[in-house]
Amino acid sequence: MPIMVLGYLLGLALFVVIALGLGFFWAVKSGQFEDMEGPAQRMLMDDDDPMIPRRKLKQGED
Amino acid sequence: MRVVDADCFHCGLPVPPDSDFLVAIEGVAQPMCCRGCQAVAQAIIDNGLQAYYQYRTEMPESGRERAPQALQKLALYDRPEIQKSFVITPAEHLREATLILEGITCAACIWLNERHLQQLPGVKDAHVNYSTRRARVSWDERELSLSRILQEIQLLGYTAHPYSAQRQQAVRKRERQQDLRHLAVAALCTAQVMMLAVALYAGAGSGIEPQIVKLLRYASLLLTLPVIGYAAVPFYKSAFRAILSRRMNMDVPVTLAIGSAFIGSTWSTLGGRGEVYFDAVTMFCLFLLATRYLERNAREKSTEAVENLLKLAPAMAVRIKDDVQEIVPVVELENGDMFLVKPGESVAADGAVIEGESTADESLLTGESRAIAKGLGDTVIAGSINLEGPLRVRVTGAGENTVLAGIVRMLDRAQSEKPKIAQMADRLAGYFTYGLLVLTALTALAWWWVDPQRIFEASLAVLVATCPCALSLAAPAAFAAASSRLLRRGVLLTRGHALETSSHVNRVVFDKTGTLTYGKPCLQKTEPLAEVDADRCLAIAASLEQASEHPLAASFLAMVDQDRLLTVEQPQNTPGKGVNGVIGGIRYALGNRAHSPLICGNGNGNGAAADDDGVTDVWLCDERRVLAKFSLSDALRPEAVAAVRALRAHGLMVTILSGDSKGAVSHIAHRLGVEDYYWGMRPEDKLAALKKMQCQGEVAAMVGDGVNDAPVLAGSQLSIAMGGGAEVARASSDIVLLTQRLGEVWQALETGRASIRIMHQNFMWAVAYNMIVVPFAALGMVPPWLAALGMSVSSLVVVTNALRLREGKLDDD
Repeated sequence: MPIMVLGYLLGLALFVVIALGLGFFWAVKSGQFEDMEGPAQRMLMDDDDPMIPRRKLKQGED
Repeated sequence: MRVVDADCFHCGLPVPPDSDFLVAIEGVAQPMCCRGCQAVAQAIIDNGLQAYYQYRTEMPESGRERAPQALQKLALYDRPEIQKSFVITPAEHLREATLILEGITCAACIWLNERHLQQLPGVKDAHVNYSTRRARVSWDERELSLSRILQEIQLLGYTAHPYSAQRQQAVRKRERQQDLRHLAVAALCTAQVMMLAVALYAGAGSGIEPQIVKLLRYASLLLTLPVIGYAAVPFYKSAFRAILSRRMNMDVPVTLAIGSAFIGSTWSTLGGRGEVYFDAVTMFCLFLLATRYLERNAREKSTEAVENLLKLAPAMAVRIKDDVQEIVPVVELENGDMFLVKPGESVAADGAVIEGESTADESLLTGESRAIAKGLGDTVIAGSINLEGPLRVRVTGAGENTVLAGIVRMLDRAQSEKPKIAQMADRLAGYFTYGLLVLTALTALAWWWVDPQRIFEASLAVLVATCPCALSLAAPAAFAAASSRLLRRGVLLTRGHALETSSHVNRVVFDKTGTLTYGKPCLQKTEPLAEVDADRCLAIAASLEQASEHPLAASFLAMVDQDRLLTVEQPQNTPGKGVNGVIGGIRYALGNRAHSPLICGNGNGNGAAADDDGVTDVWLCDERRVLAKFSLSDALRPEAVAAVRALRAHGLMVTILSGDSKGAVSHIAHRLGVEDYYWGMRPEDKLAALKKMQCQGEVAAMVGDGVNDAPVLAGSQLSIAMGGGAEVARASSDIVLLTQRLGEVWQALETGRASIRIMHQNFMWAVAYNMIVVPFAALGMVPPWLAALGMSVSSLVVVTNALRLREGKLDDD
């Protein structure tokens, strides 16, 4: 029986390897390795509207 | 009158007095220096991109020079015959182009460009690459034209050029992606195979069921298949090419080792007997692919510089035919044509000035830092920049006949010649392989007499144990470790032979302008000649220079705080001579000797100093007398003295070859303590001097920066270029100092020496290991698993030894 378990585990490992490989191929194809510096900088650009609404100071109020 | 107290909010230049360019940014009216900046800032705000101002870390280029006429030129890029060279059509109506963006100074610029382009109707995708500063834009040609896109980029204050070497780039990109995929497959499979190998080795030690061994071996075989069938393909191809051309290279033994070990292992797996070497096969591939990938990456950084060189020459020119101005592509210019070069533009073709007076910045082409006066009959070079007044030029050389094109051709030739020393390792490995093959055959033959049962086991043991794994890793591992060490210090190796050559260098030759010095004039001395004090004189001079675009003007402005600048009325700029203007009711003049007597009356004896010692004298006069003399010269880099001292301390000879005047060169040489210096040398003279040194058996490293140094750099055994210098110089060099710190010259040479020492150690180890293991393997005393282990350990020793180069101190001498 342990040989069956081992067989399943090896199959699973193979599946994971194939999945990782495909994922990596996709990443290369979509150009994620073209620019290794930009995304790190881009992440810091806080360009979308703030998620937490800021309290607005209305005129006339203190 | 408004007091000058502000810098332009957009570009950071001082706001001229009496100007009133304001833009409301987040509710505050911000001052701008000119209409150009105002337009750019307004465009940014109108598009809701004010976050740019919040996140930028560098000031952009000024919008000052962008005339509306520049926009007119862009319309030419919509012509299909021009688009043909750089626009591709991925689908009907969809167009895609790669643009080189000029003026990118920080990440905020990229964000701004991407955001702005993506907002345009019709733009499908816009992506700017941070490291290459190139933008890839795709758009629907029914909805907008390319010129509109270029125009939008210009409105933001950047300049976009079409990037035409697109096909070449696509090829390189595909290769790089392929390398990455090979590497990934090898890494994933190696990890799995190694894991199974651990189980097998542990099982061999403590007992394991034969069924499980069989399962694990089959799994290993399955996982090795992608490596053999995909990742290792480049080795087969290279080996095949080598054999076809009747040569031997590293990849022949590599292919043999991979192939035989794999076939042997598969044989064992299928037959259920003998050893398997799947772990060794995959690991071997992974090591080699990784080192090759690193090597390739380092090299590619430098080739990008060559491509961007195309930027030096403009794509469009204003041709004058029968007094009609017409914008035409530069390729249409022919000998004898007349064209107009406006101030601030680069010259489209080589030619002679037929009308106008100006100065030209030829520093990119000649390394000469001072602007060169251009008048009637003077020659101008394509790629140089016209600084002051408009020039009419008659073409004497266009396209392939320009000086610039000639330099590029020279570089191509120099680069196509492969250094002999780089091929030696391959040749040695070739001989080694022949020996290895003969030895394996002899072993098989011997065992055929003694015990035919053990032929395969023994000959495989010989082949595996003596596999040139360690031998072939010895050089690349040390190379990769050394280049990564240097890269972290800002030193880029662009050629494989650089490290080897640098270990033999015994003379370092420096260019002066731009290498030992900054290549830009700096104010050295202010000499007041009347009762007005030096500070006041300087403030007057700087204020007058605000209106000038002369390179000297920048050095004056750099010396004076913005808030001390005075208001100048009626500023006048006389190209080639100087500037004058009225400050507080008095007319002041600033300029060279030819300019000053205009207002000072005839010379008062002070104008006799010669420009011979590399110092440019500038005189300030009011209506009656000479107020001050300013001496400007090209300043020595502060670290130059220490750098030269370090080189001499390690027994290297130092020489200076310069195109500059005797006084300027000897001044610098004395300060550096260099006795061996030459002045007034043209590029040919420098090359001749270098050849003479080489004939005397010296190995010279040339350190330079300008395009005029490019032939010399290409002709020297080891060429080191300054990162800030001309791109051609960088392209033809073996080593680039990205940080421009001269101290790194010794670092590079030291690392070169250390890496050669380590390569030698590695070779010694690999050879010694083989000498010891071969007799035992041939005698059948080494089981193949031990041979494989020996091979792996021997490679590991080599790699670990090489990694010592990456960190810490180098134990030199």
